[in-house]
This record gives sequence, C-alpha cells and structure tokens, in this order.
Amino acid sequence: MLYIIYKLVLITIILLVSLGIAMYATLLERKFAGFLQDRFGPDRAGKWGLLQPVADGVKLFFKEEYMPNTADKFLYILGPSLTMLVALLTSAVIPWGPSIFIAGTEFSLQVADLNVGILYVFAIMSMGVYGIMIGGWASNNKYSLMGAVRASSQMISYELAMGLSIASLIMVMGSVRLNDIVDAQQGWNWNVIYQPVGFLIFFICALAETNRHPFDLPECETELIGGYHTEYSSMKLGFYLFSEYINMFVSSAIISTLYFGGYHFPFIDKLGLSPNVAAIVGLMIFFAKIIGFIMLFMWIRWTLPRFRYDQLMRLGWKILLPLALLNLAITGIVILATQ
Amino acid sequence: MTLTNRSKVVSNKKFSFWEMIYLPAIFKGMAITISHLFRKKTTVCYPEVNRPFSEVYRGLHVLKLDDQGRERCTACGLCAVACPAEAITMVAAERKPGEEKLFREEKYAKVYEINMLRCIFCGYCEDACPKEAIFLTNRTVPSDYERDGFIYGKDKLVETLDKRVDVSKRQTASVLEFKKDKHHKHNQ
Repeated sequence: MLYIIYKLVLITIILLVSLGIAMYATLLERKFAGFLQDRFGPDRAGKWGLLQPVADGVKLFFKEEYMPNTADKFLYILGPSLTMLVALLTSAVIPWGPSIFIAGTEFSLQVADLNVGILYVFAIMSMGVYGIMIGGWASNNKYSLMGAVRASSQMISYELAMGLSIASLIMVMGSVRLNDIVDAQQGWNWNVIYQPVGFLIFFICALAETNRHPFDLPECETELIGGYHTEYSSMKLGFYLFSEYINMFVSSAIISTLYFGGYHFPFIDKLGLSPNVAAIVGLMIFFAKIIGFIMLFMWIRWTLPRFRYDQLMRLGWKILLPLALLNLAITGIVILATQ
Repeated sequence: MTLTNRSKVVSNKKFSFWEMIYLPAIFKGMAITISHLFRKKTTVCYPEVNRPFSEVYRGLHVLKLDDQGRERCTACGLCAVACPAEAITMVAAERKPGEEKLFREEKYAKVYEINMLRCIFCGYCEDACPKEAIFLTNRTVPSDYERDGFIYGKDKLVETLDKRVDVSKRQTASVLEFKKDKHHKHNQ
C-alpha cells in the first residue's frame, strides 16, 4: 500500500517537475536568445520576466479555440494529446537519483525500474512522431501535411543511426537497464569517454528527434508557416509547443543518463556524505547536467541555420548511418580484443 | 578589364576534410554566439531609462514668452511660409486695449496650430522667426489615439510663466550670430 502511494506521489512530482522545467525552459530559451543577440529578452512580467511563462500560458488558454471545418475532428484532437502524452511517458524509467532510505525502507527515485529501460525509451520516443503526423494529416492543409511528412521521414532516417549508436553503448555496458548503465559510470567512467563518436551521433539524432534546430524542418516557420501546427490554436497549439520543451528536457535527461554518468559525479563518494544527503546532491547534479544540456540545445539553436531537406537526408543516411555502423564494428572489435 | 578592385574571383575548390565534417566551423560559430552573451546589451529599457538626447535635439515646439510674460509671437506668418511640410497654420488678431500685459505687440496669433503628424522637425520655423518666439526643444511629442490629438494649439505650445522652457542650448554661438543679423533687419 505504502509502495503504491509512494509511486503515485513520485509520478505526480515528476510530472509537475517536467511541466515546470518545460515551462521555464521557454523563458530560458527566450532569455538566452536575447542575450546571444545583445538584447535582454522578456523582462516585463515579474522580476527578470519570471512570470512570462504564466502569462504565455494564460494567453494560450484564452485564445479562440479554432478548428478548420475540413479537419478530421477526432484525429485533430488526438494529435496534440498524443504528442503531450508521449513526451511525458519517457520520464518514467529515468533514474533521477540514488535511493533514499527513510526508517530502513528504501525509496527509489525512479518510477519504474524496467529491465529493458533503453528499449522502452526508444519505443516511446519513436511514437512521438505519431502525434505530429496525425496532427498534420488531420489539419487537411498542405503545409501541415508537408510538415508531417518531413517529420516522419526525418524521424525514420535518424532513428536508425540513433539505435546503432545505442547498440554500441549497450555492447560496452552489457545491460539495457538504465540503473546498471548509471551505476557503471561512477567516478570518471563516463560513457562519453569510451564512446565519443557514439555520443556525437546520439546527440545529433537527439536534436533531430526533438525537432530542434538545425533539424526543425517539420516546423520551418519560413517555408511551411509553422508546419504541422499551422492550423492549431489555443491550448492545442500550446500542447505542441510545450511538448517540444518536455521532449528537450527528457532528451537531456537521457543523454546525461547514458553518456554523462547520470546522478554520479566524480569525488562525490570521497565527501563522506550520509546516503540520503548524497542522494539529494546526486539529484541536484543530475538536474544541473540536464539544464546544461538544455542550454546546449538552445545554444545550437541560436547558432546554426536550418538544414535543407536534401542535406538533412544526406547527413542522416550517407554520413551518420555509416559512421554509426563503423562505430559499432570498431566497438565490437575492441571488446573482442580485450576479452 | 576591371572596373573596380572590389571584384572577387569565385572559388570552386573542393572542401578539405576538416571543412567537410563541418564540426570545426560549427564550434567556431558557437564560440562567436556565446561571446555575445557577455557583451554590453544594446537595449534601452525605455520607461525606466531614457535614451540620452542631444542638447540641440529638435523635438516638440515651444512658443516663448518674453521676460515680462508677454507672448512674443506677432503672427507674421514667416514660420508658416518657411515650413516645408506645411504643418503650421495661424489666425492673426489685433491687440485690444488692456491686453498689453498679454501680448508684446499690436498684432498677435489668436490661433496657432502645428500638426505634429505633418511636422518633420527641421527647425526652419525657428530660423525664420524674427521675434525669437518659436523654438524646438528636447521634449518629444507623446503618442495619441486620435489624429486630432496631434494638432497642437496654443494651449499646448505656449510656455507658462511658472514652467519656462529652457532653449538656451539651441542658441549656439553661430545661431546667435545669425539671429543678431536678423534682429537688425526686422526687430527694431
């Protein structure tokens, strides 16, 4: 009973934290963009613009709910709901921190310790494209459809290279449980050191999977007028925009977990902290890593121009996929030679 | 034949390996963008901070009173003639006995209007004025919801005795020299 209550509380907290971080990621993005462009960014709503996400949310809620009369009603609503749902689902398997012990009982900071953790993450993340595809299709608008088609082809092209880069990581780790992967990275044993090429491929593919610059072809304001969400308004549009930031948060969490030691940090075991304090510190370190990656995503967004569609396809199929295969082969050879 | 020395020969050379993989160029670009994070911001946070104006800024006009508080303007119409945007209109009237405290000379402007939407703030009215009655100041014309609100009459243009507008900054040495010359011609 206690177990169920604890898990429910944990799920609620993770949900709220994901939403909160996504909310403030929008502000961070605008602030960061402003500072990179020698401006201040939004600073009128509240101190340093801290109430800006609230103002944006209120605005989106009060916007007119518009639905094109040629749209498929059911799919039109399903699109953004699915995107949001899928974006939130991934966070279930991420180990947020070491277990906390209260009165001898262990409380794991992970909702579900799946033994197929990475596969679950992949299964859910690749479902993310359905929301975009369904939304673009249901809008019955050529720009939306173009955006949806681009999103799905981009997703398929980059998932292969992503899967292969993960495959070589799994070969090194010998486990697909996220907890095992995190625990194997204590001290300086971060996977990024053993798999630098794999990390690079994974990171580029993560940018593509979350539809961030320079791979934001599904949205593509200049060519497609917003792409798949052209016909959306009010909170449905909000769901689409919001899920992009949740995706970014979850992707950053997964990158930190897989390649940057998750909640581990060098010298943390040398500080002599009690397990519970160490767990809190680990949690904070994990979040610092996540926010660092979110800022890296934004930094890239405000530096690089968007790829052309053929360049995107060439990069995916002709460069990343062979490179991932090569990485896989070399990893295999090295493992075979050292055993 | 080359007309200028600015033409460049287009290079179609193949990319080298480091250029092919793009990553060095990407890191260079990211270094450039992050360097802007620490630069001085160009934004002027307007309601709290005002952008500094030049001392001789040409903004909202003022109709000056003389040292005894009488209107200097005699409605000669030279400013309206000089105005390239035709923003100034006026109606002249004769001074009645008993109004000597209000108007300096026998003729005065009963109506004096400047359309601030037409005005280009060139300052020719100020140059043309033989009585040193109109000046441009470093105040700005505030925004308004109606077009009519931008037609400024004497109620908004004439300075009040308790709130004199300082225009001495506009009268630079060369301006004073110029005005002195006019003074002899018109204002004896």
